[in-house]
Amino acid sequence: MSLQATMNAPCATGRVARRSVKVSAISAPPTPARSPAATGSVKRAMTMTEKILANHSDNSSVKPGDNIWTRVDKLMTHDVCGPGTFGIFQKEFGPNAQVWDNERVVIIPDHYIFTSDARANRNVDILRDVASKYNIKYFYDITDRSNFKANPDYKGVCHVALAQEGHCKPGEVLFGTDSHTCNAGAFGQFATGVGNTDAGFILGTGKLLIKAPPTMRFIMDGEMPEYLLAKDLILQIIGEISVAGATYKAMEFAGSAIEGMNMDERMTICNMVVEAGGKNGVIAPDKTTFDYVKARTQEAFEPVYSDGAASYIADYKWDVSKLEPLVAAPHSPDNRKTARECSDVKIDRVYIGSCTGGKTEDFLSAAKLFYRAKRQVKVPTYLVPATQKVWADVYTMPVPGCDGKTAAEIFEDAGCITPAAPSCAACLGGPRDTFARMNEPEVCVSTTNRNFPGRMGHKEGQIYLASPFTAAASALKGYVCDPREYM
Amino acid sequence: MLAAQKRALFVQRPGRQTCVRVCAKVSKKDDEPRIVRGKCFVTKDNIDTDQIIPAEYLTLVPSKPDEYEKLGSYALIGLPDDQYTTRYVKDGQMKTEYPIIIGGQNFGCGSSREHAPVALGAAGAKVCVAESYARIFFRNCIATGELYPCETTIRLCDELQTGSEVTVDMDKNVLTDHSTGKTYQLQEIGEAGPVIDAGGIFEYARRQGMIKTV
Repeated sequence: MSLQATMNAPCATGRVARRSVKVSAISAPPTPARSPAATGSVKRAMTMTEKILANHSDNSSVKPGDNIWTRVDKLMTHDVCGPGTFGIFQKEFGPNAQVWDNERVVIIPDHYIFTSDARANRNVDILRDVASKYNIKYFYDITDRSNFKANPDYKGVCHVALAQEGHCKPGEVLFGTDSHTCNAGAFGQFATGVGNTDAGFILGTGKLLIKAPPTMRFIMDGEMPEYLLAKDLILQIIGEISVAGATYKAMEFAGSAIEGMNMDERMTICNMVVEAGGKNGVIAPDKTTFDYVKARTQEAFEPVYSDGAASYIADYKWDVSKLEPLVAAPHSPDNRKTARECSDVKIDRVYIGSCTGGKTEDFLSAAKLFYRAKRQVKVPTYLVPATQKVWADVYTMPVPGCDGKTAAEIFEDAGCITPAAPSCAACLGGPRDTFARMNEPEVCVSTTNRNFPGRMGHKEGQIYLASPFTAAASALKGYVCDPREYM
Repeated sequence: MLAAQKRALFVQRPGRQTCVRVCAKVSKKDDEPRIVRGKCFVTKDNIDTDQIIPAEYLTLVPSKPDEYEKLGSYALIGLPDDQYTTRYVKDGQMKTEYPIIIGGQNFGCGSSREHAPVALGAAGAKVCVAESYARIFFRNCIATGELYPCETTIRLCDELQTGSEVTVDMDKNVLTDHSTGKTYQLQEIGEAGPVIDAGGIFEYARRQGMIKTV
């Protein structure tokens, strides 16, 4: 195999000579001859994660710790990491290279959209250029920032858009340049976040070298009390195992409470897997999953399930009927407390939004609580629907059990701030003029995913992560508040 | 001794004198030992990516050389001021005085943003020595070749002080604190070492013949 690489040869004058390269092929290191154990005559019991990775590599069986080359079904990127990812792709594969499959790359601007920051706006322009150059089929563009509805292609928050546009399918492998890519594990697929360099590599080859993770299992059994939501369950788990409790591991969620959840709620759980350090999260696909997926894509898929005899490195079980509404107090997602015990914490604002807590189900939940309470909020309450579809649901869908009122009507009656244009907005602070960014040291209850120092803007801001019920209740009280007070 | 090996990136603009931009990837020569000596900067547990490079700076694109340098100037600017009175990069400077970062558990947790190890490397960090790392950050250090993510079982963040001169020897797996003379055991950098030596996964793959070019 000849080796001609980009050679940078500094010369006396300080000028650097550069020969351009054209990559013609990528070869994985040669695999040794397969033993009977590897050819399938002796198959070990595998978890869902191991099976998906086995199906996507040259192995009939995969065990935790194996370094494997996996084929990639979809690669997602957004405005913050997309330009860098394509920059690396162009530098390493050459200006004339093509992406491995222009229908498997999904480019979703969502992070810094509704801002006057010139560099942020430039980054969306860069994405437009690469989408055109590489004939990318799925590019959810925005050109008119003054009116999000005037952009028919624009979706909003990438992880919610991926699901809503039918890109999430059972049994598949998805990588994204965003840590919350694990969100898609709710569909029974392997989904995880990577950096620009790994993503650039995938762009050129359609493969990635990864280590198969062992699986921790979390069984959530029993009937969900009316005051509890998926967010409470994942906060329970993260508080139990800590922010590094699942590092390098897969988190598999099962049990009757999980089975009873719709896709929005399942996504909330898998979304925060990364907050426990987890590599990926999975939930076994079932009729709920199939109905959702088939309504959004005609593409075939093959669901995969953990074997009954599969090995787990840890097993946790909870009876959800015994759990209480929780918060993660400043400054860590594992700083678990009951909402009840924080009832003396005065707050300055509430934020309902993000991939974690800005989906249709999240807004329906908040609206239900506001409707029952029949009261006005005591603090500024910011609402950011994750996508155009969620925004439309907020304005058109009657909230169950609320006399035909839409969430938007209920929010207005409660005195919330008008729902904003869909994007990531203040979940991660962003440019200074971002909607709802915390520019003063305030106390906020938020349905988002992280509360490290400075997460929503100001370094001394204090963020309590919570479910939409708890966020709504806190907005009404003016303090961190257990939602049972209004139910 | 590993001097500040710099990789030069050629940037050409039409009709203008070519200029060399310096990107501080590690890029070690084959026969050189894997040793870094310099002042250390001590951080504690769970240093997340928002503290390493706050989200408002993510509009900077790391593959653009001038924005790469700017990212470096903001490295670790998100650390709370009351706990960290010394800044990693002094106000008004582009580079750090501390090529060695000391961490506790779960260093680099949070986002997948590659801007995190890139900002540290661009600032002049060469090696981080911590009890443990978050996985995406660890992977990004290696893929970019920006930073050696060394591990140790010792709680160095309680032993060392910011500003102390230390030597990190990744061949002998020892960290020496020159202010006290004490030595501490490090874990082997293993397979990650040669990848970072080469300057990242692509350069390594080229040298190994994994990427065929015409």
